[in-house]
Amino acid sequence: MKAATDKNSLFDAKIRAEIDHWIAKYPPDWKQGACMAALRIVQDANGGWLSNELMDDVASYLDMPPIAVYEVATFYSMYELKPVGKHKVCVCTNVSCMLNGCDRIVEHLEGRLGIKFGEVTEDGRFSLKEVECLGACGGAPMLQIGNKYYENLTPDLVDSILDGLE
Amino acid sequence: MSDKKVTIEVDGRKLEATAGQMLIEVTDAAGIEVPRFCYHKKLSIAANCRMCLVEVEKAPKPLPACATPVMDGMVVKTRSPLAIQAQQGTMEFLLINHPLDCPICDQGGECELQDVAIGYGDDASRYVEVKRVVKDEDIGPLIETEMTRCIHCTRCVRFGAEIAGIRELGATGRGEHMRIGTYVGTTVTSEMSGNVIDLCPVGALTAKPSRYQARAWELTQTNAIAPHDSVGSNVHLHLRRGQVMRAVPADNEAINETWISDRDRFAYQGLSAGDRATQPLVKENGGWRPIEWSDALALAVEKLRDARAEANALAAPHATLEELFLLRKLMAGLDAPSLDYRLRQADFRATSAVPGYGLSIADIERLDAALLVGSNLRKDLPIINHRLRKAALNGGDVMVLNPVDYEFNYPLGGALITSPSNMVASLAGIARAVGVSADGAIGELIDGAAENDETNRLAARLTAADKAWVAVGALAEAHPDYAVLQAIASAIAEASGAVFGFLPMASNSVGAALVGCVPSDGGLDAVQQLSQPGKTSILLDIEPAQDCLNPAQAMRTLDETAFVIAISSFASDSLKACADLILPMAAFAETSGTFINGEGVWQRFDGCVRPLGEARPGWKILRVLGTMLELDGFDYESPAQVHDEVRAMIGDRGIDNSLDDPGDVEPWRPKGMQRIGDVPIYRIDALTRRATALQQTGEPVSALACINAALAKRLRIADRGQVKVGQGGKSVVMAVRVSERVPNDTVWCPAAVDGSELLGPQIGDITLEKA
Ligand code: SF4
Ligand code: FES
Ligand code: FES
Repeated sequence: MKAATDKNSLFDAKIRAEIDHWIAKYPPDWKQGACMAALRIVQDANGGWLSNELMDDVASYLDMPPIAVYEVATFYSMYELKPVGKHKVCVCTNVSCMLNGCDRIVEHLEGRLGIKFGEVTEDGRFSLKEVECLGACGGAPMLQIGNKYYENLTPDLVDSILDGLE
Repeated sequence: MSDKKVTIEVDGRKLEATAGQMLIEVTDAAGIEVPRFCYHKKLSIAANCRMCLVEVEKAPKPLPACATPVMDGMVVKTRSPLAIQAQQGTMEFLLINHPLDCPICDQGGECELQDVAIGYGDDASRYVEVKRVVKDEDIGPLIETEMTRCIHCTRCVRFGAEIAGIRELGATGRGEHMRIGTYVGTTVTSEMSGNVIDLCPVGALTAKPSRYQARAWELTQTNAIAPHDSVGSNVHLHLRRGQVMRAVPADNEAINETWISDRDRFAYQGLSAGDRATQPLVKENGGWRPIEWSDALALAVEKLRDARAEANALAAPHATLEELFLLRKLMAGLDAPSLDYRLRQADFRATSAVPGYGLSIADIERLDAALLVGSNLRKDLPIINHRLRKAALNGGDVMVLNPVDYEFNYPLGGALITSPSNMVASLAGIARAVGVSADGAIGELIDGAAENDETNRLAARLTAADKAWVAVGALAEAHPDYAVLQAIASAIAEASGAVFGFLPMASNSVGAALVGCVPSDGGLDAVQQLSQPGKTSILLDIEPAQDCLNPAQAMRTLDETAFVIAISSFASDSLKACADLILPMAAFAETSGTFINGEGVWQRFDGCVRPLGEARPGWKILRVLGTMLELDGFDYESPAQVHDEVRAMIGDRGIDNSLDDPGDVEPWRPKGMQRIGDVPIYRIDALTRRATALQQTGEPVSALACINAALAKRLRIADRGQVKVGQGGKSVVMAVRVSERVPNDTVWCPAAVDGSELLGPQIGDITLEKA
């Protein structure tokens, strides 16, 4: 006995407008094409992560079965399904970075922040995430914070990067 | 797909095929074995397991047979060194993460993975690393999960999307972390969900009710016809030591294809319910005492002799053709005209002689339009709904006129949702829009009806359709103006060029009509029999508290009836309350017989397990009663003789949906609120009501009043609170749900559930007040 949800009760007007912008790019009966964009928009507005309820809302908004949204959200690593820190530090540990000493970088980050991959610092400022090749092998080892790449890392450089963040 | 014929060669054999067919379809048809996991003939092609790799000449590498279209002159080798190497490689990879826990796996012995591993795999694994483990979810009472065994063929996922029409299972995560599940651990709700158990090629999804009960090689397989709806799905019963351990579908393209509903799969559980009738029982001073069969029969005969022509009889429409025939013959022998099987019919002013679908089950999927009048089809007849769903997905318009906005698993082409009393006017509106010209009272009703956008739209679609069907369902049958609804629906069908039909509920509704289990001259119909206490009544396989239109009245009347003989597989407390003698009858699987399904197809089946205790097949009980009553023609020696006689009597008569004029059409006018008392999917018959797993699925099992927010506000009733529901002077306190699926001033209050036995007619006046 699940009645259709009123779409205007989902999200605030600004988010709806952003999602609608993406829906408009696809044919009318292919609204689910906007799923990835919608998840990103909703995640950004929610401090960087997606709760089950938010994914359900995206499903209702796009007329998709909820499981189809979970599939997308669990497939791509840029979606977070648990709360993350204000700064999400994504460290590449794939081949090129590994050959160029990413282990040292990881060790340093873990030591400085006192957390392991997948964890959040107690003050909620940082979380650490292991990622696969981000296509910046030329600058290996590298990491990403927000939408910025930091390359040719050394422990000192890592310190100055972190110090420079709010 | 074009019909162009091509010739290909497989393993040296020349095969004819149609261009565009997939290689695996051609090899399957030719009986050439190609191993597979993800391919299934009824599902879309995923080509993700790679088990079906074969060598195709001129192709640079092995190709998946399930996703390779045939081309003229193609030369295929399924057992060449290249093919074998590819198959072995795939098998080795598939087993890397498989737990190989066959000794504790229910699928062991009937597992596609085991079979293919033996046939195409190597005998030892080179993999020594760690295996992945997947945590299980609880997806409900019907399906057990052991997802570490899953090989990600996605058959279950495609089944949900393509057949069940609700996608509940999915593949979350990626690579090593991919897993099949609901992600959030919800219960799978499809009424056809159990089919994923058969589809799953490994032991990841198995039947929960029969889990750990038997090993595949201990079971013997027999054929049966599912007794829970008018489809008559073909099933295999799996038996061990004289007990039904489970039911699975048997292929029949013309009926159930390869599927069965969950009801047909799991209702067998009711066979081992604690209240099975296992010995004859007689009521004495308000208590019950077991007696010998001979004494029980003598008592029944004495009471029937007393009553003679005044005897009444009611039969369940899921009784076998042979039982129904013998009951009719017995009543005829007594010159007793009061006999009926239409236990949920409210209005007998006019009705078709032999109501049935009116078209073949296979034709339903080829319809361009259908109008359902009073039917929760998805829950009532899941297989018919599945066929109609195919029509809808093919562009057909499935439209409904219903008193509740039932959920369908496909988009409806139109829906008129209105209170029961308004259904007549709405249907008349459609008739007017279609341009029906009728005389008499029905004509007047139609001429006076209001058209609106929705009635016009429905009418337009119906008229425009090439192949259309107007079908009257179970909720119309329980409607006080059933005769009027039928007459208008049939007129709509005629005017719009549609086929007119019914959606009979029970496995042998059609059979009961064909043998004439209806009152003859001056006899009482079901409603009359159950409103005036008589001398002696026979109840054949009926639980009056659940199986009748107006249970409160039925119970009262039977209680006041001088002597009630219940021939029944169950001796429930409610039956004991109204019966005087219980003759234990063999249940489903314990007796042979025949069902005639809604299409008119005769299907015979054998008994395959011994009746429980002293229970006897219904036909034998009726035969002995006939002989002891010294009636002519009861000296049968086998059920086959009975069958032959029914065959001869029915001849080539079949479904007959033509109608008489109902005459008087003064419509029912409710005094206030109206009840919609549909029968929930797992309350349909005694066996299903006792299937414990089905009772836990979340479908309604106990009394419930569902009203819309406007009514709740007016009565100051809160969602999930309690409410006092009254009908016919009695009242019951039950839970409330607020739902916008229910129209104004109506109360959706299911029948045949616990607590509803104190209520009145399924559709009728009802009162509601704060508890
Ligand atoms: S659970 Fe079974 S049917 Fe579903 S994907 Fe896994 S192996 Fe296939
Ligand atoms: S391996 Fe690290 S960026 Fe490519
Ligand atoms: S059966 Fe062909 S790839 Fe799975």
